[in-house]
Amino acid sequence: MLQQFLDSLIADGVFGGLPRDIVYLIGMAAAGALVVFGFVLNVAGVTTFVERRVWARIQSRVGPNRVGPQGILQWLADGIKLLMKEEVIPFAADARLFKLAPFIVTIGFIAAFVAMPFSSVLIVADLNLGILYITAMTSLVVVGIMVAGWASNNKWSLIGGIRAAAQIVSYEIPAALSIFTVILVTGTLSMQGIIQQQGWGPWDWFIFHSPFTFVGFFITFISLLAEGNRTPFDLPEAESELVAGFVTEYSGARYLFFFLVEWGNLYVISAILVTLFLGGWQAPPIPVISDSAVGRNVLEFLTFFLKSYFGVVLMMWIRATLPRTRVDQLMTTCWKYLLPIAFFNFMGTALWVLVFPEGFRFAEILLTAVGFGLLGYFAYRVAFHLRRSGAQITLSPLS
Amino acid sequence: MAGVLNTYFRNIFDTAATVFEGMAVTCSHFVRKPTTIQYPDRTDVRVQDTLPYRYRGILEVDLDICTGCLACERACPIDCIVIDAKKDKATRQMMLNRFDIDIAKCMYCGLCSEPCPTGSIHHTPEFEGADYSLESMLRRFVKEPVAAYKPKKVEDDPKILPVLERGMRYLDEFANPDEEEKGAEA
Repeated sequence: MLQQFLDSLIADGVFGGLPRDIVYLIGMAAAGALVVFGFVLNVAGVTTFVERRVWARIQSRVGPNRVGPQGILQWLADGIKLLMKEEVIPFAADARLFKLAPFIVTIGFIAAFVAMPFSSVLIVADLNLGILYITAMTSLVVVGIMVAGWASNNKWSLIGGIRAAAQIVSYEIPAALSIFTVILVTGTLSMQGIIQQQGWGPWDWFIFHSPFTFVGFFITFISLLAEGNRTPFDLPEAESELVAGFVTEYSGARYLFFFLVEWGNLYVISAILVTLFLGGWQAPPIPVISDSAVGRNVLEFLTFFLKSYFGVVLMMWIRATLPRTRVDQLMTTCWKYLLPIAFFNFMGTALWVLVFPEGFRFAEILLTAVGFGLLGYFAYRVAFHLRRSGAQITLSPLS
Repeated sequence: MAGVLNTYFRNIFDTAATVFEGMAVTCSHFVRKPTTIQYPDRTDVRVQDTLPYRYRGILEVDLDICTGCLACERACPIDCIVIDAKKDKATRQMMLNRFDIDIAKCMYCGLCSEPCPTGSIHHTPEFEGADYSLESMLRRFVKEPVAAYKPKKVEDDPKILPVLERGMRYLDEFANPDEEEKGAEA
């Protein structure tokens, strides 16, 4: 999208006689700065604050609420504090690699935003192998983590780095297989192409396309959780056994980069899931707003963002619920359970696409009903626990 | 073979079901009111007012009813109370020249308030004792020499009466803690 936009500007003569490549470079730098400073940093920062508040409420606490109204500026205060801290590089560490590692991690994370859709127009580059590119780029994070673990020259860091490598390499397989169930249905790897084939209603989403994609959604979710080093799979930085894993020796700004990636990754994970399974930016048509191009794009952006952020909150909620798995349990989950099911799903989807090339409407409606039925049963269980405890209920997020 | 497969699928089902139920429990906590008491500035009532009535906080002396008997000074195991009481030859009255309690030394044992005949020295629920210097933690109760209290058979001074009643109640609470508690509950 950026390229077409720049081409049209060049055709209009906005840049005078500048060579095309230089215009592209300027455009890439501008788009990169806009995405990183306008979106990624803020989302990652606010997510740290939201996570602490959500977590606190689940534990009957209040959470940070002193810096700014309701503590909304807490993430800025934390970030500034970390930036001003002294950076300590261990004497025996491999200094060059030690300094480089956070940037490899950050590059892998930010590069994923190149193919990340925000609305039908807002995307830096709609690559024709978008989802493959994003999967590859998020896997680059593990290289940085391994380098950090190795260069720290510390047993905790090394164990953390190796665990991260083992975990991410293992979970890449079920994740890719489940992602490819959707690719089988769409026939395209482009992020926009995948979203365009879905609709705004849940019955048009790929999660409810067939029983196999329904299961595939959960496998993708679990695998991406493990790839993002999130609880219950946060073994690389297991505090109770490894101090802080691969970040043990880091301090100051470089530590900040690791945490930027950790929390920014939450958004990337749920954006991938929303794109593949939950209809992406497909917004319901609202009469007046959808008529203008700007209004439609704002609506699409909000739809995509809210869906993704719900996924982020879901991951925080999981973190507050589930305990950390053991290393052998982690591997059992991947190789004995997720992988066979993912293979079965893959074959099943292939058959499904063969039998119903246009999709099977009845199955989609039925699966949507099943999905909402499960949600309803969940709400019933929540109400049951609330009733049994007799606790005072408040829906206000303020404190 | 069938057993193995059975276990395999039961494991999957158990995982899904228990995670589902666990998520429901935490979700129900998500909408409950937090139990945090936001001390010190965002509580409904001062925390000091919510403490038990026999809470041993910072010591205080009611000079109006202090007899100058020095019982508290002798009882204090770490000598944080210093009293200078002398009989004035001219008026034949006990004069209190000095009554200092070093709160920095005090260990809140309560041994001084037990022998006090009038309940003059007593603990308050006040506990915020932090300060910038040790000197300012020395509490001087006597600014200028005052006459000590002389017990009478029937107290009739309207200024002293309520103070003395409070002191005697404090001593009663020491003598019969359980009865007082029951009274407070009822």
